Amino acid sequence: MRSILIVTLGSGLLLAQDHAGFKSGQDAEAGAQLFFANCSNCHGVDGATVPGVDLARNKFKTASTDDDLIQIILKGVPGTGMPPTNLPRDLASNIVAYLRSLVAPTVFNGGDAKRGHDLFTIKGCTNCHRVLGTGSRTGPDLSEIGSMRKPKELDESILDPDADIKPNNRTFKAVTRDGTTITGRVINRDTFTFQVIDSKERLLMLEKAELREFSFSDKSAMPSFKDKLAPAEIADLVTYLMSLKRMDSK
Amino acid sequence: MKYLAWSGSLLFAGSFVAPVLRAQVSFDRILNANKEPQNWLTYSGNLNGQRYSELAQITPASVSNLEMKWAFQARSTEKFETTPLVVEGKMYITQAPNDVIALDAATGRTFWAYNYTPSTDARPCCGRVNRGVAILGNTLFMATIDSHLIALDATNGHPIWNTVTGNAKAGYAMTLSPLVVKDKVIVGVAGGEYGIRGYIAAYDAKTGKEVWRFYTIPGPGEPGHETWPDDTWKNGGAPVWVTGAYDSNANLTYWGVGNPGPDFHGSERGGDNLYSDCVVALDADTGKLKWYFQFTPHDVYDYDAVQVPVLADMEWKGRNRKIMLWANRNGFYYALDRTTGEFLNGKPFSTVTWAKGLDERGRPMRIAADNPASNAQRIYPGPLGATNWYSPSYSPRTGLFYIPAWDNTHADFQDAPVEYKEGKNYTGGVLKNYGAGIRANQVLDRKEEDGYGVVRAIDAKTGDRKWEFKMADLTMSGILTTASDLLFTGSRDGYFSALDARDGSLLWKVSVGGDIAMGPMTYQVNGKQYVAFAAGSSLFAFTLRP
Repeated sequence: MRSILIVTLGSGLLLAQDHAGFKSGQDAEAGAQLFFANCSNCHGVDGATVPGVDLARNKFKTASTDDDLIQIILKGVPGTGMPPTNLPRDLASNIVAYLRSLVAPTVFNGGDAKRGHDLFTIKGCTNCHRVLGTGSRTGPDLSEIGSMRKPKELDESILDPDADIKPNNRTFKAVTRDGTTITGRVINRDTFTFQVIDSKERLLMLEKAELREFSFSDKSAMPSFKDKLAPAEIADLVTYLMSLKRMDSK
Repeated sequence: MKYLAWSGSLLFAGSFVAPVLRAQVSFDRILNANKEPQNWLTYSGNLNGQRYSELAQITPASVSNLEMKWAFQARSTEKFETTPLVVEGKMYITQAPNDVIALDAATGRTFWAYNYTPSTDARPCCGRVNRGVAILGNTLFMATIDSHLIALDATNGHPIWNTVTGNAKAGYAMTLSPLVVKDKVIVGVAGGEYGIRGYIAAYDAKTGKEVWRFYTIPGPGEPGHETWPDDTWKNGGAPVWVTGAYDSNANLTYWGVGNPGPDFHGSERGGDNLYSDCVVALDADTGKLKWYFQFTPHDVYDYDAVQVPVLADMEWKGRNRKIMLWANRNGFYYALDRTTGEFLNGKPFSTVTWAKGLDERGRPMRIAADNPASNAQRIYPGPLGATNWYSPSYSPRTGLFYIPAWDNTHADFQDAPVEYKEGKNYTGGVLKNYGAGIRANQVLDRKEEDGYGVVRAIDAKTGDRKWEFKMADLTMSGILTTASDLLFTGSRDGYFSALDARDGSLLWKVSVGGDIAMGPMTYQVNGKQYVAFAAGSSLFAFTLRP
């Protein structure tokens, strides 16, 4: 039995982005799966729980090259808590690809991050989204979105926001027993309650038993920009969003 | 018999002080534990594994008046999986990984602590945890993650003997609460993810000397050995993770056996791989195999039979039969004749896609291929199963079997070979899109389609679902039922709840903010019934407010 062998990877979450610089055969996405299955138990999901090591920032104690990292993954570090594994070398290489992807810059379809940054404001993205302290909190905060999504996923989200909505980004609507309607996003939940950020950016705790009704919509609150942005503008926007890595790597 | 001790009520403000004869916990008392429900003498409360108590002071009408009486904070950040024992007002718990602590059951104050530091060779695959102690006479027994069995004086926590049962360096580890049968202490060894050869072994309670050993993988010349090609039997796993049960009439002790290794790479171990994923019935005096029943032949999904065997006597199609109830990690519920091992009935209790059902002998009719392919294949339930080590409960009053279940959990299994090296992970294969396993942070960001926890109440005779109580997150909590038709359970989202055992309606809940990953239990001291459970790093005792 393994009551806990593997820290789960939520479907589609925290996948690494593509990176043109990877050697043939390296697969950062598969590496992300392996990382969460094999490494994050000790290193943490953000890779920073072992003192002196910050995997997301590619800060290692002794390793510098990809091969150094592969050797450590395969053989461990004697005298420390880092055990050897019996992963095949190509899978260890995928983990390295994932770690490298966390700090690598990404250019999508020749886009320009600076132009994308300007578009982000001009096109009204900040009316719902927040980046590094600017913008609304009603939509997901995108300050680290470059670490969490692949370019093609961001591209899809801009063109077809309904295609793949993360569970906590679904539009939530509830009516309390006194008839008050609440809309927003459920940012956490348990068997008996919802924790919600509503359309006025308030954090609300709702007891299910106190609600007359509640529902989730599989439609995104975000409009499609398919006919509102040119392909080049979308490339700029995605390139900008991909530059938004996890805050501690800046 | 020779001990005369002061009762724990010394510390209980306002209570009278009286000398209490500390009776030895004879095996006869353990055998008849239901007659003294104020105590909790074994992991499951009794030897039949029911986790059912005759205490009835707390009722469906009064349960909403429960309040916390005391809390004990563990000096450990590991999962708190212990089921406390209570004997005459003294509570005995383990603190992960391998400390034993004696508490006053009325106040939670500590009498003594025995701190054991396991060898650095210890490598339990899935948490440095422990599920509790056993008692016989005035001696406590703890199984450790470095594969020692340790006997302690229950009065002062001093070690009496310490027996090495297996090679910790090669992955042999113990996390279970031992089972006392007569004058023996029975344990099983974990390590199925490290290529061990599993066993169940009995030790003399007085001396710690091994009396018998049953290997869960038959050696050359033994029946069942032919189900392992070549030398695969040497590293075939088949570990034991959870305490067994005992039937005194048949003098049989029953144990669930874990998965074969490598877990997800089965092509080199073609065959049924006995006695992995079996329940084995052993003669309690000799360890000789009387019968076995295999739930998952040639398992490639980690579907260990890692559950407490639940024994119940009931009328079955016109005659009284001795039954064993089993909700397996593979998603099927089984009823067996526990004297012979005959399969009587079985049905899925959760979403199952790897098999379309059970045949007339209880063998699964597989849909999925015998071995994962090089292309990932999605299978329900996932490798953590439709249930796991968390104790179920059976109430003889309701006739219902209560399963702490997971539904909708799944994973994409993909083949990958692995070479055996001593002490190294030996699981093989790759898992993908592992929707619902361990939650890494406090926020639940998953849909129900990716897995949820649920208490499923099953008619023990028909296997039909009678009611269910769904949770937002998964559950690793066991279930306790009582003679007042209460059901207590916890959840990973940090609630401890009381349900009506008859219809599943929620009667009371309390938010305690930590994962409840143990089996709740109940006891009575100074005339008051308590319910105890651990959540996060704390152990709580609740009782009715005056």
